[in-house]
Amino acid sequence: MGSEMKTKMHKLSLLIIVGCLAACGGQQRTTPIDTGSDIVMPDENDSGANASANADSGVRSVGLEDDASRQDTADTMIIYFEYDRSEVSPQYADILAGHARRMAQNPGLRLRLAGHADERGSREYNIGLGERRAQAVRRVLLISGASAGQISTVSYGEEQPASLGSSESDYQKNRRVELSWR
Amino acid sequence: MAYLVKKIGKSLRFLAVLIGASLALTGVARAELVIEITRGATKPVPIAIVPFRWTGEEALPADIAAVVRSDLTGSGRFSALQQSDMLEKPSRGVDIDFDNWRMVAVDYVLVGELAPAGDEFSIRFELFDVYGGRRVVADQLLMGRRDLREGGHRVADAVFEAITGIKGVFATRIAYISVAGAPPTQSYRLIVADADGNNEFVLLESAQPIMSPAWSPDGRQLAYVSFELGRAAVYVQTLRTGTRRVVSDKPGVNNAPSWSPDGRELALTRSDADGNLDIYVIPVIGSGETRLTTRRSIDTEPTWSLDGKTIYFTSDRGGAPQVYQVPVSGGDVSRVTFEGRYNARPRIAADGRTMAVVHDDRGRFRVAVQDIENGSLQVLSDGSLDESPSFAPNGAQLIYATRRGGRGVLETVSVDGAISGRVKSVGNDVREPVWSPY
Repeated sequence: MGSEMKTKMHKLSLLIIVGCLAACGGQQRTTPIDTGSDIVMPDENDSGANASANADSGVRSVGLEDDASRQDTADTMIIYFEYDRSEVSPQYADILAGHARRMAQNPGLRLRLAGHADERGSREYNIGLGERRAQAVRRVLLISGASAGQISTVSYGEEQPASLGSSESDYQKNRRVELSWR
Repeated sequence: MAYLVKKIGKSLRFLAVLIGASLALTGVARAELVIEITRGATKPVPIAIVPFRWTGEEALPADIAAVVRSDLTGSGRFSALQQSDMLEKPSRGVDIDFDNWRMVAVDYVLVGELAPAGDEFSIRFELFDVYGGRRVVADQLLMGRRDLREGGHRVADAVFEAITGIKGVFATRIAYISVAGAPPTQSYRLIVADADGNNEFVLLESAQPIMSPAWSPDGRQLAYVSFELGRAAVYVQTLRTGTRRVVSDKPGVNNAPSWSPDGRELALTRSDADGNLDIYVIPVIGSGETRLTTRRSIDTEPTWSLDGKTIYFTSDRGGAPQVYQVPVSGGDVSRVTFEGRYNARPRIAADGRTMAVVHDDRGRFRVAVQDIENGSLQVLSDGSLDESPSFAPNGAQLIYATRRGGRGVLETVSVDGAISGRVKSVGNDVREPVWSPY
């Protein structure tokens, strides 16, 4: 037992050292994806909290009752969803049709759809929910004239919440698909 | 990508010398996790752990008895006698006067000695049953200086198994994800630590999410999902060398890796052009794939049966997430969980008969175990956002993630629900704990 254990222990200590190295050397950085996009919240009551939550990202949020945002719906870049659902609410139909028209007119435009879920339930299942939501938005855009090659999707599940916290209002902000032009 | 990994590999080799040196100097790593028992056994076993005699001339290199005491009391199954209540402090069995221990009402007494042995150290220990006056277990370990803490865990494992009949897991490790910062600038780290939270080291750090760590059956590699390229890809990283490679980066979803019991294959989740998630099996080395599910449903979170013949997975094909099973060789899918409206992310215990799931318990997500044979389900945890259960390799307890006070924390619970513990972490959100094999 003694010498076998010894070898194993030596291996373990080596492993710990190298593991540390991976930590120091293996850093990966990518740029945030949403900077510069505008948000329109479906729930006016949340707009204040959201504005402050997104202050660092340079993301501006406005309520639906805000006149400026009404004129500016073509720039809406976040679609929100009900709990455990992936149907796109009819309230977004005009907005998405606007995006799709723009894409049809500009074949070089590329749109990325990032699907997200709230924190309830298991993480990998929520990846599925986020993907399903992104696909639901993709289908609406395709039906409205965008072409498949212009759209890419990614699902972050619950891994990138827009709002930390475990209240229903946090969850509403987190069940979303974020659209970003590429 | 290949270039990046190559470059990292190079700088790793360079840094190896530096960091190896600094570790050797300090010898101790900071612990992010500290385990605290919140509900212990109703009748913990009283034991005396006598400080180990140190025969060397230099200062004591490690307090072996303190490691053993911390492990055993941290299990919730033992209560340790205070040193100040010990009437004698022998280091050999022949020197024990059992009356001195019967008087302070302990059932067991552990004595031992730490001695220099060339460049290494010998740890000798003996465990006695006080009432029978009988030696229960004894052994001698030879350990390097930096592995003395590990030696203490081995002693604790031997004591734990001799008394409870359950194999100890004190010398195992936990992998988990630690997240710092607030959206949208969070930083994600994949960390491996000893089961008691010590010797923490970071395998990967990224500004993009890291998730779903999974130990290879030999404990030498971790598979995980990283979004560092702006999309999900599955990586396999060798712990000893830090080298890693992409094993799945198809367009769309590449998630939820799970090792086959022989370590040769991974079950994982991929999506097709329509975003339909299905279970695939791929070789860890080499190419090819087997698609096991085809439904237009979320099929994910695969895990293998112990014999490697069946994959259990989560699917919402019936309208809500439930656990199903499918033969690895292909064939009919059948439903496994029936109790409640939400059962997801199955994991199988070492006995092959118990399955842990995330279960919706009247609106609260909790860890439950189901007897695979008879289908009976028992809720073990008491939070509302409990997830990611992972069995200890002895099958006697689970570690899982939950949220307390707005923060992600880890908790443990015995499979009978009797003993629970909280793994205190320093500051960051911690999640997705995975217990290593032995």
